[in-house]
Amino acid sequence: MNRSSLEELVKLAERESRFLSDLIKERESLETGLSIAEITQTMGQMYDIMLDNYRQGVESDKRSVSGLTGGEGWRLKNQIKGRPHGGIYAKAAAHAMGISNINASMGRIVAAPTAGSCGIIPGSVITLAMEYGKTREEVVNSLFTAACIGRIIAENASLSGAEGGCQAECGSAAAMAAGAGVELCGGTPRQVSNAVAFALKAVMGLVCDPVAGLVESPCIKRNGFGAVQALLAMDMALAGIDSVIPADEVISAMDEVSRAMPVSMKETAEGGVAAAPTGKRIADYLMNSGAYCHN
Amino acid sequence: MNLFDVIGPVMTGPSSSHTAGAVRIGNAALDLFGRKPDKAVIRLYNSFSKTGRGHGTDKALIAGLLGFAPDNTRILYALEEAKKSGLTAEVEFAGEEPAYHANTAEVIMYHGDEKMDVLGKSIGGGRIVITRVDGYETEYTGEYHGLMTIHNDVPGVVSQVTGSLAEAGVNIAYMRLYREREGSEVMMIIDTDNHIPMEIKEILNSHPEIKKAAILNQN
Repeated sequence: MNRSSLEELVKLAERESRFLSDLIKERESLETGLSIAEITQTMGQMYDIMLDNYRQGVESDKRSVSGLTGGEGWRLKNQIKGRPHGGIYAKAAAHAMGISNINASMGRIVAAPTAGSCGIIPGSVITLAMEYGKTREEVVNSLFTAACIGRIIAENASLSGAEGGCQAECGSAAAMAAGAGVELCGGTPRQVSNAVAFALKAVMGLVCDPVAGLVESPCIKRNGFGAVQALLAMDMALAGIDSVIPADEVISAMDEVSRAMPVSMKETAEGGVAAAPTGKRIADYLMNSGAYCHN
Repeated sequence: MNLFDVIGPVMTGPSSSHTAGAVRIGNAALDLFGRKPDKAVIRLYNSFSKTGRGHGTDKALIAGLLGFAPDNTRILYALEEAKKSGLTAEVEFAGEEPAYHANTAEVIMYHGDEKMDVLGKSIGGGRIVITRVDGYETEYTGEYHGLMTIHNDVPGVVSQVTGSLAEAGVNIAYMRLYREREGSEVMMIIDTDNHIPMEIKEILNSHPEIKKAAILNQN
């Protein structure tokens, strides 16, 4: 079986009437020689850090190291408290931005798949788990599905902003979260692959244009949007909507777009909003504070 | 690719290349120097220089020299930690250097009369390559256990080093020698599959032809 194909994995799961995460754990155990208990424990450790980040991210308006951002998650969480609109999507966005805020202030995070996109998976998956009372075991299992989707994207396209723009980083994170969400909410393997396709198509072509080259603006907000996009993709898939283009072909299309994308829009801070007058002014300001000495 | 390269690694933010990678360059420099430096001069080039402040690249390198791992939450306080442990660190944001990789740092370490000059690049995802050590071109990634020697270019030194590794039951994965010219000094870096016992360092240090030796065990 071609392990770089989501379609083949989905077909196998359908044939054997099993969860994707069970197949993925088995295969990972075979390939690494570690027991399923061991890899489940390691994923549990990742989940514990994500949970800490999930709670702490929206607790304060602590500024980033550069001072450019801070408190985005906290602000949104306060705004939506007790209000009906926005619902679970806005909560997920608040938590995703909060986790991204922790990253920007040099806190300890789980790169998922990267540091710049680290808020999306925990922000959306843990919000779902909290809202619907999912068990720890169910959430940890869904993270295996997320990881496997990410690996398939890495093997056929890229997970890095420098190689593929933001579509490859936040887009992939949203696709991973969408797939994990479908499994967590009881969807089928086919629905997982539809959710992946929806999430990636939503941001096909999105450039990586960090202001002053920092993982802050627009990255933190894009983590918020990424969580919403993941949950919407999940809901569409659970509603029985089919992707016209199969997930594997969407991934390959994303790779094509990555190759066509100018270097100025792949994390070099030379294009997009990074090259806007205000973006450039911020970059100059941050750069010109001179060398410092420490004794 | 391991699944925990996708969900993971656990690291201190904000950037795998500019923060986690910078810590690992510091770690590798510390391992190569083989002792705690009391002074260090760090020069950041290109993207490291341009965006290093906001990414905490300066703090990350100092933390690396203190032996912190990339997921240590004290990286943010590296300046204070350096002061506490008697390391004087100077950081220069050295601007553009077209000959160097986008994410390059030079780390010059001092301890008394001893000095070592290390150049490293962060190539993405927290992975690094040390490209120069005291003027020798190298390709050290810090991903394996191993050892480094700088020794006189005379017959027999390599076989004595590999012999003591064999006696300790250590298997060699890769081995590279770098030298300026015949009969000068040679730098040797050996990557191994096993952890190297610290006794080997004593053996290497007492060898008359070996000028410098470091054990490069990974966690």
